Amino acid sequence: MAKELSVFVENRPGRLRSVAEVLGQARINVRTMTLQDRGEYGLMKLIVDQPDKAYLVLADKGFACALKEILAIVLKDKPGSFLKLSELLYKHKVNVLDAYGFVIESNKRAVFCVEVKDIKKIRAVLKKEGFEVLDEELHEF
Amino acid sequence: MKTSAFWDKKMETISRESLKKLQLARLKETVRFALKTPFYRTRLKKAGIASADAIKRWEDIKKIPFTTKDDLRECYPDGLLAVPLQDVVRVHTSSGTTGTPTVIYHTKADLDSWTDLVARSIVATGAGKQDIFQNMMSYGMFTGGLGLHYGAERVGMTVIPMGGGNTKRQIQLMKDFGTTVLHITPSYMLHVHSKLAEAGMEIKDLKLRKAYLGAEPYSENTRRKVEQLFHIDAYNSYGLSEMNGPGVAFECVEKKGMHVWEDVYIVEVIDPRTGESLPDEKEGELVFTNLTRRATPLLRYRTRDIACIHKGPCACKRTHRRISRITGRTDDMLIVNGVNVYPSQIEEVIMRIPQVGTNYMIRLEKEGTLDKLIVQVEIYSKMFRGDLNEIDRLKEKIREELRASIIIHPSVELHEPGSLPVFEGKAKRVVDNRQKL
Repeated sequence: MAKELSVFVENRPGRLRSVAEVLGQARINVRTMTLQDRGEYGLMKLIVDQPDKAYLVLADKGFACALKEILAIVLKDKPGSFLKLSELLYKHKVNVLDAYGFVIESNKRAVFCVEVKDIKKIRAVLKKEGFEVLDEELHEF
Repeated sequence: MKTSAFWDKKMETISRESLKKLQLARLKETVRFALKTPFYRTRLKKAGIASADAIKRWEDIKKIPFTTKDDLRECYPDGLLAVPLQDVVRVHTSSGTTGTPTVIYHTKADLDSWTDLVARSIVATGAGKQDIFQNMMSYGMFTGGLGLHYGAERVGMTVIPMGGGNTKRQIQLMKDFGTTVLHITPSYMLHVHSKLAEAGMEIKDLKLRKAYLGAEPYSENTRRKVEQLFHIDAYNSYGLSEMNGPGVAFECVEKKGMHVWEDVYIVEVIDPRTGESLPDEKEGELVFTNLTRRATPLLRYRTRDIACIHKGPCACKRTHRRISRITGRTDDMLIVNGVNVYPSQIEEVIMRIPQVGTNYMIRLEKEGTLDKLIVQVEIYSKMFRGDLNEIDRLKEKIREELRASIIIHPSVELHEPGSLPVFEGKAKRVVDNRQKL
């Protein structure tokens, strides 16, 4: 299963930098990042090339961080492919807790990262319906 | 099994009746010395005490007026010196950060008496000459460091006089010398725990058995947290520089309150507003009289510390009465929108919530005409699961529990681990920005 790294950060100048500094020094490559913001604090959600190592170096520096399993669903980078996926999720009554996407090959492939309950079951459904779901490969591009 | 030896069994188990007789005799002698100082000569004469003979019965102590911190400041530097300066072998002064410093002089015999009480205290916790003692309190003018140091040496412990700070080295020394007993502030103890992993150390690598906590008010939950985190017994200790320093009162192995060494100190609990004596188990301001110190006699000194005297005897057979932990100070009480709040109440709540760390700050701001109480805590990294909704619920839970405990609605701020200031000596956790506005 693909892994998302989340880091608790206060909402003030310099906090993103300090996370980036730890990751940069450990030669961790960040593939994408989003921020979930609550005003005074928030969560940095990262897809990195070495999630376990990234977790350890951050934890070692005292950051409150966690690794979470997510679904990394491959989509064609063209109109209508996101619709196809969202219809399928709707059909199976899947509630999406958090999601973001990024292009991994321009005009060809994108990946949609989804946080859901019951991750194993939904992964099986997606596979059955012909979707490509990335596990470790998400981190290795 | 709980066993405790005695350092001075005869004195520690003296009958209450003999103890009172001894106190009276020593009080008279102390008044005699006090009358040698310019300050008490005036003060006691005004109260009708022209000589030590005015103290005939134990109850006559009530004739003696209280001495306050301000009195001590006014006596700076030598208004309370009762012996020739050549007989003085040590001087301790307060930091003076809040005004003129206070000064306490000691003769050789004064130090000897103090050291003996500290030795008595250490042995009462079940420690002895076989123990390795790492003293993590500051040395120098602060009495915490030197007080325990000499007491531990007198017991025959192996003493590591490390002082405060330099956490990494502290942990390394604990391991290298197999330290069994620590003397430390609770806030620093919790900080040390958060640095163990960074130092590449686990609890099982250390041989710690006991810690003597003191120098700042803290809650019972903090003691329990320290005990659980380090798998040790933590003992409350009490002292103040005006009464020498540590060793005024100390817990025995029973850990049910601190025995005040009543052959050397008279302890009273008063209502801080009226000065009236309060009964046992009733919280009020602690008042102490030192009965053996000759260089700086202090009579009925108001400590500003809030505690109560416990009723009944202790299972350890010591006859000296016990006081509760210090639950606050008359001068650290905060008045927030007219409601009295002690920082210890806030700490009590924070310490029972596992998802937050042990470091915290209390800030007071003015918002329009209203006071705003802000409690800052750190997320505990080991309990973090990457769910922001959970964090939001945690914030609400802390807010609710604080409101239930202190009545007013605080705002709670969650911070990253390690982002709040760390205190290696006495913690200064309250920042009051209200006056400045």
